Amino acid sequence: MKSKKNWLRNDGIQALICSLICILIGVIIGYLVLLLINPSGAGEAILAILKNWMNASSSPLRLKNLGQTLVYMSPLLLCSLSVLFAYKVGLFNIGCSGQYTAGMTVALYAALAWHCNWIVCLILAVIAGAVVGAISGALKAYRNVSEVISGIMLNWILLYVANMVLANVKEPASTYTLKLAQNAPQAILPSLGIEKLFNNFQYATIAILIAIAMAFVVWVVLEKTKLGYELKATGLNKNAAKYAGMKENSNIILTMAISGALAGLAAACLYLTGITQWSTGSTSVPGMGFNGIAAAFLGGLNPIGTIISSYFIQHITLGGTAINLSVYPSQVADLMSAIIIYLCGFVAFFKLILNKWLDKKEAKKGEQ
Amino acid sequence: MADQYAIEMLNITKRFPGIVANDNITLRLKKGEIHALLGENGAGKSTLMSVLFGLYQAEEGIIKKDGVEVQIKDPNDANELGIGMVHQHFKLVDCFSVLDNIILGVEPSKYGFLQKREARQKVIDLSNRYGLMVDPDAKVEDITVGMQQRTEILKMLYRDSEILIFDEPTAVLTPQEIQELMKIMKNLASEGKSILFISHKLQEIMEVSDRCTVLRKGKCVGTVNTNETSMEALSAMMVGRNVNFHVEKDEHEPGDVILKVDDMSVASKTKGKDAVDHVSFEVRKGEIVCIAGIDGNGQTELAYGITGLEPLKNGAVIYKGEDITKKSIRHRSINGMSHIPEDRHKHGLVLDYSLEYNLVLQRYFEPEFTNKGFLNRKAIREYADRLIQEHDIRSGQGAITTVRSMSGGNQQKAIIAREIDKDPDLLIAVQPTRGVDVGAIETIHKQLIEQRDAGKAVLLFSLELDEVMDIPDRILVMFEGQIVGELDPKKTTQEELGLYMAGAKRDEVKL
Repeated sequence: MKSKKNWLRNDGIQALICSLICILIGVIIGYLVLLLINPSGAGEAILAILKNWMNASSSPLRLKNLGQTLVYMSPLLLCSLSVLFAYKVGLFNIGCSGQYTAGMTVALYAALAWHCNWIVCLILAVIAGAVVGAISGALKAYRNVSEVISGIMLNWILLYVANMVLANVKEPASTYTLKLAQNAPQAILPSLGIEKLFNNFQYATIAILIAIAMAFVVWVVLEKTKLGYELKATGLNKNAAKYAGMKENSNIILTMAISGALAGLAAACLYLTGITQWSTGSTSVPGMGFNGIAAAFLGGLNPIGTIISSYFIQHITLGGTAINLSVYPSQVADLMSAIIIYLCGFVAFFKLILNKWLDKKEAKKGEQ
Repeated sequence: MADQYAIEMLNITKRFPGIVANDNITLRLKKGEIHALLGENGAGKSTLMSVLFGLYQAEEGIIKKDGVEVQIKDPNDANELGIGMVHQHFKLVDCFSVLDNIILGVEPSKYGFLQKREARQKVIDLSNRYGLMVDPDAKVEDITVGMQQRTEILKMLYRDSEILIFDEPTAVLTPQEIQELMKIMKNLASEGKSILFISHKLQEIMEVSDRCTVLRKGKCVGTVNTNETSMEALSAMMVGRNVNFHVEKDEHEPGDVILKVDDMSVASKTKGKDAVDHVSFEVRKGEIVCIAGIDGNGQTELAYGITGLEPLKNGAVIYKGEDITKKSIRHRSINGMSHIPEDRHKHGLVLDYSLEYNLVLQRYFEPEFTNKGFLNRKAIREYADRLIQEHDIRSGQGAITTVRSMSGGNQQKAIIAREIDKDPDLLIAVQPTRGVDVGAIETIHKQLIEQRDAGKAVLLFSLELDEVMDIPDRILVMFEGQIVGELDPKKTTQEELGLYMAGAKRDEVKL
């Protein structure tokens, strides 16, 4: 009896249950919206969203679509690790998108203008993200400027910097940056044969491995190292960290730099596969960083949990493109993930209900 | 017969997950009596009062007012029944006048405009009737702590409360102010108010209360008439064993100077005036020096200045012959300065960390606990287990317990264990017994004296008069940021100490 009680009381299990409840409610609301738009195909559409790559008619095509989901999952995972890392240290890195944009800008410019190879591009992107993150961190540490405010402002600054800088390396006829495959093949991330797993889907590269490996690295750093001990202590209680002789200001800057570095890496892991191009006419900050916040929370703020949550969010987002687009807008999937993310705010509430229910059950048992 | 009781709490049981906070407790408050509620921290005093105040609902038991059973579902119900509470931390708006604070929430108004004249008259009448001597037009931030407390009392009286709960009211007062409060309480009782007086200070309970109910570990040990009992008997009821009040202490010869504070000033965060104003003193090996004073006279900032938590505006700190004024906190710590901080939640602990992580908070970086950047979890666990064993730190799950879930006394034990185990040359203990129960206070005092006897220098900051009189070898009294007197605890009296603390008496500072 006791082991069963402990099992449901376990924090990790509770986080998982709550995330699943969020997902379930999100899917139900998504279904209701589809019903409202057109009842006849709603069932089919919701299945299409949930099945994503499994919709494809043939097995090779399915693999290709799975590959695509994973390619987009990698930057999302890295962004969510970026958010998670800062969050564990008590900082809310909403500037993840800006750091991501900085990484993207530097990676693409280095590839297309300076013809650097992929390693250099990747490292430069990481540095760019780290620098932008450190700016927010320094403002927070020395001038007590909220990292949320400085982060949001930097997001917009970097969006327009990106458009300005990358206008130098765009296609003459469009607003898009030049294609890496033709103009900078040396900058494309190697695939090490990974593409063969996905039916020669060329964009499946080591980015997928890098992202998953980073999830483990982040976990190890936070849980096993002296650095993680110091950073978490600073995040949980800045005063106690100071009292214990930690350099709390440097810790804040370092945290934001690491968080930014992960965001910069995320951008490199998407754009250096060549799967997509940046439009220098963009007027909105890339959503990847914001979705990273969602994935971090849906994953229960656990680095390993974010692997699953990032995959799931990307899964239904791409699934959204598989529905009958003449009847339904593909944004239904965005709506669903938005609702799920919104519900993540209620995780504590769900936990409370769950615990109350458990208390009641135990009390009843006690009486018998 | 039944209506001789203003309030009866009968067979109250309140459970929280894992513990029974109140176990079948019965408390009867007679009309016009002062009834003390005595118990250690965690004995269930606050829970019981929260049940009476409607903050918690008891699982079992009933509450009767004037012999009639009542339901108290929230504090509004309690207010309507005439139950009022003076909280330990005042709930006043600093920039409002006394009058505005009193009428806050029950403002008399006509067509949306305030009608203060009548209210003002009522406040003045009440103030005169009970001898409270409060100026209704003074701003709260300008008046003394004692007067602020009387404002809180007026707040209850203005609301026609019949039952007044005082939650540890003497903690913030000078000896003189405590005497005044006792008088006021007796006055109120003789005017027919019924008073519940929560305290763990036996002397005050003996002096002011008619009856006393003692709680221990959630259970009611008994209710006694105060004039038929003694302090020793009460403390034995409270702790469950006999407590030695007198601290055993041998004479000890002080040695070399360990700490020298030279003309130190520290800026104040809240006031224009410096919180520490040109303070100089020395602490030697093998002596306990106590900085005494009423809360808020610069002791906090003085401790911050010495330990490096705040920069100095002027002066220097010389530690073991080295000027450490500009040195980092880590430097001080590594060189044998230990610090038991005033606010254990703010500085002393990372509450959401486990006990073992908190026990290595000052040492995690040492090679014993960190190897090539990775924490040595095994060594940390062994070290923590040893400290837990040696210092009897009690917690739910041992080393992996989240410190937040531990009782205040055990949190403090953890800090003291950590700081003493560092084998310091200078131990700075800022209110080390604050919010700790009687049994633990005894242990902490013993530990401080052991440190002294082992030849360490101890700098104690204390607000508790008994502690100030019993523990140190020398007393330095602080008033408004300055040291106004140096006293020998063997030759002075509590009254004299009180005069210094209140700023009524001062010497030319020697040194």
